[in-house]
Amino acid sequence: MRAERSGLREGDDEDFSVVPTQSPSQVQRNLESRSQEEINRKVTELVQFLLVKDQKKIPIKRVDILKKVIREYKDVYSEIVNRAGRTLQQVFGLQMVEIDTKHHIYILTSTLPRVEGENLKQDIQTAKLGLLIVILSFIFMKGNSAKDSAVWEFLRRLRVHPGEKHEVFGDVKKLVMEEFVRQKYLEITPIPLTDPPEFNFQWGPRAAKETSKKDILSFVAKMQKKEPSFWISQYNEAKANT
Amino acid sequence: MAAQMSDAHRRFLQVLMSHGIMEGAEARKLHRCCCEISKAYYAQDKLDDFVSTINNQLQPLFMQIRKGMSEVDGRTHYALVNMAETEITKMASDYAENELELFRKTMDLIILSENGFASSTDILNSADQLKTKKMKKKEAEQVLKIFVDDKWLSERNGEYTLHTRCIMEMEQYILSTYPDIAKKCNICHSLAIQSQACETCGTGMHLPCVGKYFKTQSRPRCPQCNDFWPYEIPDRSRIDSQSSSRRIIEPYGDPTDALYKEVILETATKMKW
Repeated sequence: MRAERSGLREGDDEDFSVVPTQSPSQVQRNLESRSQEEINRKVTELVQFLLVKDQKKIPIKRVDILKKVIREYKDVYSEIVNRAGRTLQQVFGLQMVEIDTKHHIYILTSTLPRVEGENLKQDIQTAKLGLLIVILSFIFMKGNSAKDSAVWEFLRRLRVHPGEKHEVFGDVKKLVMEEFVRQKYLEITPIPLTDPPEFNFQWGPRAAKETSKKDILSFVAKMQKKEPSFWISQYNEAKANT
Repeated sequence: MAAQMSDAHRRFLQVLMSHGIMEGAEARKLHRCCCEISKAYYAQDKLDDFVSTINNQLQPLFMQIRKGMSEVDGRTHYALVNMAETEITKMASDYAENELELFRKTMDLIILSENGFASSTDILNSADQLKTKKMKKKEAEQVLKIFVDDKWLSERNGEYTLHTRCIMEMEQYILSTYPDIAKKCNICHSLAIQSQACETCGTGMHLPCVGKYFKTQSRPRCPQCNDFWPYEIPDRSRIDSQSSSRRIIEPYGDPTDALYKEVILETATKMKW
């Protein structure tokens, strides 16, 4: 433990929940008091931090960025974040996207043009995404919200059972109710006054950012060999959403 | 003749990053794919130049794409490695204190072993004696699975060794932390976790290196002390891949494109809105 940190205790969130709003000239003055090397080092640390978190699809909280990376360089926070953003774009073709403006939570998305599925093959990550797409489409077609019993009944027809160990997905219940929720792909909320407890399934903020109602509807249409406009209300909703 | 960073390079980097490590043939295929998609100029067999361009950008970030050999099949692999710190703490952004301690203990067991493998029994026993925070066997098993999924360890018949990616990233750390114990291959002079060693003089070699070196010899002899080599020479034509064959995916792509054929085809017939 470094001596200079002795003033702050573990779990002391007070200092890190607020970023001071500063004018550009203030930031400029603060910058001048730090060496280029120091700032570059912080930018590098932030880039690495963001990449590691995002590889695991863990959304990144601003509170954690400030507490774990920025620390005593809070006064030049905006400069560090801007430079990290430029590096992410220039080297990796990635950008930071805020998925929760109230709590300031970010994910990284690709800025590269999207690719049609031809050359793509599969592995476990892709398999999980396939399952997720199926769930997202079910939720959308049911009017943007579905009860857990309905979702599991639907998945049962695809031979995916919450009670059994699936040969590809393993513990499916855990995957759907914990991993997908933690990654912000799904939002699962308990329905009050239900006994035994029932849950409501909705799209999570990451799902909304990484795909769209239009894409999901066209997926359903492809599977059903119909035109998207066959489902009038979903079609209108998808159109309004773009 | 340094080329400019382009979307082809960025796409390659995104995919490599999501895999952590890729076999040479896969990497070459990815190079071609990325150039085709971005309609960039594709110089066949110039993967290393392509990688250099990316490495120039990665250098200030203390990251590099490195080439290394798998100890299992001798094939070249490309991995994105962290150069910033040489200690295990570079993995630290993702794991708890006691998980890192378990990893260090596992690494100790692997490097001290004869064959480069640590049994799960031994690892789970050490989980019981962690100084940071004790771990129950169930939890330790889960953590080991995560290390395998994240390609720090690889598992075979209930035994664990270091994944190629881990060896590539931590070679310097291992050689400096275990100076008298860590073995170096007599042929290629890189760190050798799994090896065959001469019983007389202790000279060690990677299995693929042994296969290559003794290819033409009918009575294999130790290159150092000339004693007969006591082991079966690995057959170079037999492929023993470290994991199930990996394929190329678009990690940040449109999820609807990433269709899982079995699930989706079944869905096609069963979906009734």
